Amino acid sequence: MGAVGFVVLFPLLGFLVLLTFGRRLGDPVAGWLGTLAVFGSFVSAIVVWLARLGNEGHPYVLRLFDWFSAGGLHVNVSFRVDGLSVAMILFVTGVATLIHLYSIGYMKGDPLYHQFFVYLNLFVFSMVVLVTANTLPLAFLGWEGVGACSYWLISFWFERPTAASAGKKAFIVNRIGDTGFLLGTFLVFEHLGSVSFSRLTAGSLNLSPDTATAIVLLFFLAAAGKSAQLPLFTWLLDAMEGPTPVSALIHAATMVTAGVYLMARLSPILALAHTADLVIAIVGVATAFVAAMAATAQTDIKKIVAYSTVSQLGYMMLGIGTGAYTAAIFLMITHAFYKALIFLGSGSVIHSLNGEQNIRRMGALKKYMPITTVTMILAWLSIAGVPPFSGFFSKGAVLENAFGDSPLLWAAGVITALLTAYYMGRLVYVVFYGTPRFEEVTHGHDPHESPSVMTIPLIVLAAAAVIGGLLNLPVSGFGFLGSWLAPVFGTAQAAYPMSAGLKDGLMATDAVVALLGVFLSWRAWGGVSENPALERKIFFNGWYIDAFYDRAFARTGTAVAEVADTVVDRQIVDGAVTGVAGVARLVGGAGRKVQSGLVRSYLLIMVGGLIVMLGYVLTVAAR
Amino acid sequence: MTIPGSWYLVVAALLFGLGAFGVLTRRNVIVMFMSLELMLNAVNLTFVSYARMLNDVGGQVDVFFVLVVAAAEVVVGLGIIVAIFRQRATVTADDISSLKG
Amino acid sequence: MIFANVLSQLPIALPAISYKAVAPELVLFGGALLILLVSATVGKRELPGLYRAIALVAALAEGGFSGYQLYLAQGAKASLAVAGAIAYDGFSAFAGIVVAAILLLAILIGPGFIKRIAGDGPEFLVLMLISAMGATVMAQGEDLIVIFIGLEILSIALYVMVGYRIGDGLAREAAFKYFILGGFSSAIFLYGIALVYGATGTTNLAKIGAFLALNVLTHDGVLLFGLALLLLGFGFKVSAVPFHLWSPDVYQGAPTSVTGYMAAMAKVGAFAALIRVFDIAFAGQIVQWRPIVVGLAILSMVFGALFALRQRELKKILAYSSINHAGFILLGVYAGTAAAISNTLFYLIAYAVIVVGTFGLVSIVQDSIGVSEGSCSLDQLRGLARSRPALATVTAIMVLAQAGAPFTTGFLAKFSIIVSVVEIREYWVAVVAMLSAAIAVAFYLRIVLAMFRGEPEEVEGERVLAIQGAATEAPARRQALAWIGVSLSLVFTVGFGIFPQPLLDLAARAHIVG
Repeated sequence: MGAVGFVVLFPLLGFLVLLTFGRRLGDPVAGWLGTLAVFGSFVSAIVVWLARLGNEGHPYVLRLFDWFSAGGLHVNVSFRVDGLSVAMILFVTGVATLIHLYSIGYMKGDPLYHQFFVYLNLFVFSMVVLVTANTLPLAFLGWEGVGACSYWLISFWFERPTAASAGKKAFIVNRIGDTGFLLGTFLVFEHLGSVSFSRLTAGSLNLSPDTATAIVLLFFLAAAGKSAQLPLFTWLLDAMEGPTPVSALIHAATMVTAGVYLMARLSPILALAHTADLVIAIVGVATAFVAAMAATAQTDIKKIVAYSTVSQLGYMMLGIGTGAYTAAIFLMITHAFYKALIFLGSGSVIHSLNGEQNIRRMGALKKYMPITTVTMILAWLSIAGVPPFSGFFSKGAVLENAFGDSPLLWAAGVITALLTAYYMGRLVYVVFYGTPRFEEVTHGHDPHESPSVMTIPLIVLAAAAVIGGLLNLPVSGFGFLGSWLAPVFGTAQAAYPMSAGLKDGLMATDAVVALLGVFLSWRAWGGVSENPALERKIFFNGWYIDAFYDRAFARTGTAVAEVADTVVDRQIVDGAVTGVAGVARLVGGAGRKVQSGLVRSYLLIMVGGLIVMLGYVLTVAAR
Repeated sequence: MTIPGSWYLVVAALLFGLGAFGVLTRRNVIVMFMSLELMLNAVNLTFVSYARMLNDVGGQVDVFFVLVVAAAEVVVGLGIIVAIFRQRATVTADDISSLKG
Repeated sequence: MIFANVLSQLPIALPAISYKAVAPELVLFGGALLILLVSATVGKRELPGLYRAIALVAALAEGGFSGYQLYLAQGAKASLAVAGAIAYDGFSAFAGIVVAAILLLAILIGPGFIKRIAGDGPEFLVLMLISAMGATVMAQGEDLIVIFIGLEILSIALYVMVGYRIGDGLAREAAFKYFILGGFSSAIFLYGIALVYGATGTTNLAKIGAFLALNVLTHDGVLLFGLALLLLGFGFKVSAVPFHLWSPDVYQGAPTSVTGYMAAMAKVGAFAALIRVFDIAFAGQIVQWRPIVVGLAILSMVFGALFALRQRELKKILAYSSINHAGFILLGVYAGTAAAISNTLFYLIAYAVIVVGTFGLVSIVQDSIGVSEGSCSLDQLRGLARSRPALATVTAIMVLAQAGAPFTTGFLAKFSIIVSVVEIREYWVAVVAMLSAAIAVAFYLRIVLAMFRGEPEEVEGERVLAIQGAATEAPARRQALAWIGVSLSLVFTVGFGIFPQPLLDLAARAHIVG
């Protein structure tokens, strides 16, 4: 199991080699080298996994060295191998390998080709450190590392001013979260006397509920920033300015799930903080719903997918909040498969249409891009939760637990599930069916299928998205992931007693809702729809279903989407970001005024400070 | 009639304040510098007064150290002022303000 | 012999001088004298290599003596020497090691660049050694007057060093401002000493502590006034807001290598003395002075971070960054526990090495892109990663270390200080500290981005290349030793960032006993 060291080492080596020799290696050797490093990491992860089979019960800790100890605080650099971390490294390195492979084709010809892989390898390294770290400070290192890489990669095409400002926004939101992380760490140290995950389960027993709530909420602040939860999610939409493989790897499959991972890792403390859990669940389900609504009205293909990611992250947080950690992790893994697939598929489309991202200028791509089309449809069915695709099982598990916690949470989740099936259907129909509308971007050339270095990852991911449900079937004896993770979560995992009939009923509801969503999207967009004018014609025909669609989605949907977009994004978050920047600018400007260069005014300010101190002293002495 | 020790302290405090006021308000660098010296000597007076009141020789010895330090400061300070003098005709503190912002 | 006989006749009891205790000072001062002596005997011909060698030996010997003192001091109480005016204990020994480290790096980095301004003369190294001696006197001073003398030895030498580019108007202005403001704050500091003397009847810290432990002052106004005045003096030296105003101007005007040296050395001396005076002698008054210190710390952290945001002048950004650091170190003084003091020492050595290295890199950058030492705006850094990748990478690492990136000493320094604050359960202070660090990251990253993003502008680029071409030979030679110094600080920062335990143990051993 010491192979976990290699999981960490390979991406680091790749990063160092590429940093030193990257420019000399150039296109495409640098890309292949980076991919190889991550693949090596993936192979090591498999070795770790195989070694663990059979003795899942006991976590293994690879202790490299003592980092520092100060004032009772002992921190060592050690990596933790348990069910959770193995599950994480397997899917992180696996998905990362595929996305590296895809990037070799996607980034071809970019002047900063090698630098892209430098960042990407550094990202994988940081992510692996984050999920395998056995102490909070080491996890923080990874946490910061993925944040920094994300910031760099969002503004990778820094000539675009939007890219630069998007990077800035991601930076500010994540810094807010980081403060929560550090404060939470200090509180944990203060009350448990240790910052090691090994001591978490035993130590947290002595926590008072209030302390546990404070710790959880602080870490949730960090997680909400990183995992794009409700008030803080807009940076993720702007983050789509980065290259598409980055969106797929960082802003869909791995980094944004770090918050969910963190909360799952802290499950012993979460189990004690019921108020905080409720907050998490409500924030999660609200995020899921609002983002899904917003996704129904977007025209930029990457924006649709981004909203969809936010929505799915909301589901995961719902799982965390209701104590369904296994379900949340299960959803995280299957989501990584289908969402990475959707992103890469979108990237494939964008690539073939010379960078066009507006779905109004696509259509009928089925004919030209068969592989992309088929894989995208599979991804759609999967995310929609149509049985027996992976999303059905993972989302179903989350919803089942939500029902156990509160039927209201469940209801909101089910409505969101309907929306999910619908908006993805809209994307598929508008982009791949209907009439071609891409003449002006392709200038008469036909779009072409992407090279095999890009389609192979699509196919592999599609296979994973279809059969991913096998990881944790709701049949006794086949809940592999559940039994794999059981020693990690232990008693923290919520157990809701339910009759078999109720469970079957819930699953049936999920399936019906998913199919209903698929059906709705077909009626609304299938075959007929090629531009907004047609929507009105269908509505004019007075089909009940379309009237319903119009009322529920087109109008309210647009309204909610607009509210979500305008109020939440522009005014609240942008306002806050501009506010912070504005205050900083104001104070900075004041600082420059104070720094007048006149020695006598400096003296005056010093004397002013002295007088304040003396005034304070006088009041103390007078007492 | 003997003058109580606290009077000396008050005089020293006044001198110190006068010196500080001079540094703050005078524009001529040389005069600012002189005011600085006045502050130091006011402290010397404080030391001596306290030494007398406490009947302790330590305070008087401290004055010698302060005098030496003040002399060293004069050497360097005048050197800097002379260097500024060479470049421009005036030594007005408010004119020396290119480093700002 | 005769002199000794005469002295023995006089009714003066001369204190026994423990040369072991004052060895660090003696070595530094002896080195300075030796350099002057050599330069006087060799006549017109200067021997810069020899001067530098002597200075290096003196610095190493000082470090050696301090290390020996630290070795002796382990577990023992503070020893007082020279009639109780000088303390030698683990604390002062550790400070002495920090001084040696700063000196070592600064001697490697500085003179090459100073040579361009002032030739091969011995004066610069002499001033450096003497100011370092001032810092060790401050760290060892067990008497307020001794601390004052140390402060003045340090300051007066620094005034001269700041004004070394005497031909440049900005440098003269910086020296003038530093001198007037420094003189003013020293006078106030001295008045503070006088008031403390008046209140307690002694200037000796051990006796003050004993006096305050035994007597309850009915009117402690004079004492507290004195404390406030002392805090102004220390606050000025460490550039804590609102006594920081000199530092952005002086940092910019001084030769860049002097800026780094000054930032490190003045902070080490002043903080060592500050801890000894406040956390030991006035430990009983902690309730009264704590709010003032925490106020200074918070103002420094917050304004240091905010004021830097709109600054485009690299040296001024770094000045504000050092103000931010001063706030953090003040938090260690504020916490005041034994663990906090050793964390403060750790912060000091981490900060000192980083800051000397950073300014050394700025010197190299300025030399390479051909701008004067008085200025270097962020725009001039554009494209540095293209033209000088190694330089840009090392600079980025050091700047990120200042920001507190993990696996550098900068991270541990900030982390352990915040741990100390959390341990005394002042959570809101910890929150403010972390927020200020978070804001500060923004301007540190701006420096890094300026180097890594963007091409040098076309015309600019040609000009830069032309300058480099013209002076290819000289900068390489000039920079060679500076690179050694910078590399040492990099190795220290990253090495002890990854394996910090020996350093932490050393700092923990340097406990201070009253």
